[in-house]
Amino acid sequence: MRLHQLAHARAGDKGNVSDISVIAYEPDDYEFLREQVTAERVREHFADIVRGPVDRYELPRLHALKFVLHDALAGGATRTLNLDVHGKALSSCLLEMELPEHPEHPERQESK
Amino acid sequence: MRRVRIGSGAGFADDRIEPAAELAEHGQLDYLVFECLAERTIALAQRERLRDPCAGFNPWLRERMDAVLGHCVRQGIKVITNMGAANPSAAAELVADAARRMGLTRLKIATVTGDDVLDLVAGSDLPLLDRPGTVGSLGDSIISANAYLGCEAIVRALAGGADIVITGRVADPSLYLAPLVHEFGWPLDAWHLLGKGVCAGHLLECAGQVTGGYFADPGFKDVPDLVRLGFPIAQVAEDGSFSITKVPGSGGRVTVRTCTEQLLYEVHDPAAYLSADAVADFSGARLTQIGHDEVEVTGVTGTRRPDALKVSVGYLDGFVGEGEISYAGPNAVARGRLALDLVRERLELIGVPTDDARFELIGVDAVHRGAAKSVDKTADKTVAEPPEVRARVAGRTLTLDQARRIGHEVSALWLNGPAGGAGAVGRTSDLVAIASVLLPRDQVRPEITFLEA
Repeated sequence: MRLHQLAHARAGDKGNVSDISVIAYEPDDYEFLREQVTAERVREHFADIVRGPVDRYELPRLHALKFVLHDALAGGATRTLNLDVHGKALSSCLLEMELPEHPEHPERQESK
Repeated sequence: MRRVRIGSGAGFADDRIEPAAELAEHGQLDYLVFECLAERTIALAQRERLRDPCAGFNPWLRERMDAVLGHCVRQGIKVITNMGAANPSAAAELVADAARRMGLTRLKIATVTGDDVLDLVAGSDLPLLDRPGTVGSLGDSIISANAYLGCEAIVRALAGGADIVITGRVADPSLYLAPLVHEFGWPLDAWHLLGKGVCAGHLLECAGQVTGGYFADPGFKDVPDLVRLGFPIAQVAEDGSFSITKVPGSGGRVTVRTCTEQLLYEVHDPAAYLSADAVADFSGARLTQIGHDEVEVTGVTGTRRPDALKVSVGYLDGFVGEGEISYAGPNAVARGRLALDLVRERLELIGVPTDDARFELIGVDAVHRGAAKSVDKTADKTVAEPPEVRARVAGRTLTLDQARRIGHEVSALWLNGPAGGAGAVGRTSDLVAIASVLLPRDQVRPEITFLEA
C-alpha cells in the first residue's frame, strides 16, 4: 500500500533545505507511520535528490511527522536549476512510498 | 475576555485580490494584514527601484487598496502590510493618492523603514549562514541586504495613531503579532504570549493555504467551492488563546487537516520555530474543530527571542539559459533523450560549458530526477511510456552570451533534431540569489514616518 492511502503531506523550503510534513488521516494510523516512515527510509526514497542528512521530528498530538531534508534543492529556490525550484512536489513524491499492508486496517486498501 | 479579529488579505506578492475585499466587507475585522514578500522579492524590487526611483514596491498595491480601503475606513479596520518592499515611502504616497481619489480624508499612513542594512553589511566580514564565505566575498555582486524586523516598529506606529502601516522586510508572523501586542499591551518579553501570537501569525501568513488552498487532492482531500476560496481570520483573545476561521459562505474549508498542514509548513524543529520576536514551540500544539470552519489552537508556548536578526542578502550570481521542446506519441521518450544528447554535444562543440547544466524530460525525470529510470527501460513493457514528454535543458553560465546559446541550441532542434519536435522555447535570466547572515539586533534601527492622506 502506498503512503498516499494513509497520509497527506505538504512541503516547504528554506534555502537549500526542504521540509515535508506527513500527517495521518486517522490518528490511529500515526503509530504505524511512525514505525514505517523513518528518516532512513525517507533518505533512501530520495536518494537521487537529497545530498545531506534527513532529520525527523515526531508530533503525536497532531499525528504528524516532520522531515527536514538537508542539501535537497540543488542550491535553494533562488539559484537552483531544478524545474521545481522550491521542491514543492517532493511532498507528493514522498507519498509514493510503498508500505507493508497495515496490520490493523487491511480493508483500507480496498476502501479508498 | 477581549478579542481581536485579524484577517489575512494576501499570502504572497501575486495573491488574489477578491478574498481581501470579502474579508474587509464581511469579516468583522479589527485588522487586515497583507504579507507579500518572499525571500527574493525585495532583491528584485531593489533592482526596479534603481531603474526607477518611484518603483520597487508591490505591483498590486493600488488594486488591493482600491478593493479594501473604502470598507476599512467605514468599519475602522486598520491595515498592515509589507507591500512597501524596497520602497515603502513611494508605496505610502501611492496609498495616500488612492485614498484621496476615493474621497477618503484624515487617513494616517505610517511608513516603517530601517530594514535596509546594505550600507551596514556590504563589504563586511559577517559570515554567510548557508554557504562558505563572508558578505565581503560577494564583492560588487551584492544588490540588497534587508533585516527581518520584529513587531516593535509597527506597534509604535499603531500607538502613534496609524490607520495604515506600510513596511519593507519584517518577519512574516510579526506583521500579525504587532496588532496583538498593541491592543493587549503584551510586554515584549512575555514569551509565552508572544509565542502564541507568532503561531497565529504563522497560520495566517500564507492566507488561503490554511483555508483549503494548496490542499485539494480529489477523492482524498476534497475542498468545496475552491473557486471562491476565502482567506482566513484569526480570532485572538487577550490570554493568547485563538481560533482560525473565515467569512461564512466563502469557499474552502477550515479543518484540523488544513490547519495542521499550515501549522507545520516551513517549520524545522517544531519545538523551536525562530522568529524575530520569540521562539515559538509548536511541539505541544493541539488543534480542535470547535465549529463549522473554525479550529481552536491550544498548547503553544514560547521562549526568549534570538539575540540577532536574520538578514537576507541579494546578489547577482551569473546567468541561466533554458530551452524546452516537446515530443509526443510512440517512442517519445527515446526521441526526447536523443534531443537532449544532441544539445549537450552541440553546446560542447561551440564551447558552452555543460558541467553545471540539467538535461531532463519533463514528464519523466524533471521533478523525480534519477528516480524515474524505469521509464527508460524499453525492455520492461510493464512500465507505461508517457504519451508525451518535454525535453528541458537548463544551464548556469558566467556570461549572458553563453546563456543565450542554450535556448538557441534547443530551438535549433526544430530543423536539426529528432522527428516531431514541437513547441520549442528558449529564454535567459540573470540570477539573483539570496544568502543569509545574522546581525546584532542593536545595529538595526527602524524608523517611522507619518503621512496624512
